[in-house]
Amino acid sequence: MIDALAQLGSRGIAAARRLGRGHLLLLAVLRGSGEVVRRPRLLLQQVFSVGVLSVLIVAVSGVFVGMVLGLQGFYILSQFGAEATLGVMVAASLVRELGPVVTALLFAGRAGSALTAEIGLMKATEQLSALEMMAVNPIRRVLTPRFFAGVISMPLLAAMFSALGVIGGWFVGVGLLGIDDGTYWSQMQTKIDFDKDVINGVIKSLVFGVVCTWIALYQGYDCVPTSEGVSRATTRTVVHSALAVLGLDFVLTALMFGN
Amino acid sequence: MRHSRTAELLVGLFMLAGLVALFFLAMKASNLGTLETGSAYDVTARFDNIGGLKVRSPVTMAGVRIGQVSKIGFDPRTFEAVVTLSINDRYQGIPTDTFAKILTQGLLGEQYVGLDPGGSPDQLGNGDEIHMTQSALVLEEIVGQFLFSKAEEASKL
Repeated sequence: MIDALAQLGSRGIAAARRLGRGHLLLLAVLRGSGEVVRRPRLLLQQVFSVGVLSVLIVAVSGVFVGMVLGLQGFYILSQFGAEATLGVMVAASLVRELGPVVTALLFAGRAGSALTAEIGLMKATEQLSALEMMAVNPIRRVLTPRFFAGVISMPLLAAMFSALGVIGGWFVGVGLLGIDDGTYWSQMQTKIDFDKDVINGVIKSLVFGVVCTWIALYQGYDCVPTSEGVSRATTRTVVHSALAVLGLDFVLTALMFGN
Repeated sequence: MRHSRTAELLVGLFMLAGLVALFFLAMKASNLGTLETGSAYDVTARFDNIGGLKVRSPVTMAGVRIGQVSKIGFDPRTFEAVVTLSINDRYQGIPTDTFAKILTQGLLGEQYVGLDPGGSPDQLGNGDEIHMTQSALVLEEIVGQFLFSKAEEASKL
């Protein structure tokens, strides 16, 4: 009984310390921004491994999600005689919500776990300590480029997801189910607002990019430096990123789309 | 850094693809491509009931969109709604005795302001007011009138 209370206390303190270390790491990463300007080749390499290599999964998922939206949307809307608004439904769902959120989840799973594993392994094989011995700041050289690569890649990936989803919906709605092509696009162009929908979606994806990359880098940097520790950190990245993204999505949606 | 040339190329293509996707969303999937371009002049109109009219609702004449609602105000002295219509400068020569009606797209769609041209030789300019207006149809009032008239018929039989 007393033990359980003591456990609760120590767990709480450990959680608070983790939170603190995470924020200090973010500060250190941001302070190293100058490195990215001095050594753009590092940023380029990271954008390649974080962004370009994620394009395949994001693109394929986008097309399929758009196609499913088109199919389901058609069946529901045809019950009300409102098939003409399929374009609006598909585009609004994608641009406002599904684009940023699903891309963030895929990003956390693919790029986030890769980042955590890479940095965790660098820590376990003492490469980060070796860099420090050579008077190179490991956070600035290793973590900062990866952070900015993630922040840059996320909005681009989310935009690709949404755009391909709209095209997937078009393929199903207009190509397979016989909705009028002009109606699909013109309704969408009338009802989807650039400021309120597209820009808000981009803001969301930027926030998700910061959060997912930060969690991935922190879990890698702070893991127990053994193979088991790295594997557990990788799992934690995906889980924590998913929870953070979904929670933040609700908050951001309430802020942006509420009145 | 063995594959750095390919990596650079692919990163460039990735950024390009992302920007193209964003551009596509902006132009083809949102109303950015159809936004009101150019200058407009303002005309006011007073209504007893504007129904569901909103700011940026379309203003049409003969079915063609010529502008949008830019402001909806309320006159506390006459208890009327004062709607400011922003008409594109391309469309000059609207007569001063034009009729402004609030119509609904379809049966339950969104509402817009339809202008019926009159015959006056004078034109509307910036700041003028349209005097002949017709308010929006409120569905509940029509249903109420219908039921009332049916009840009257039944009581006469």
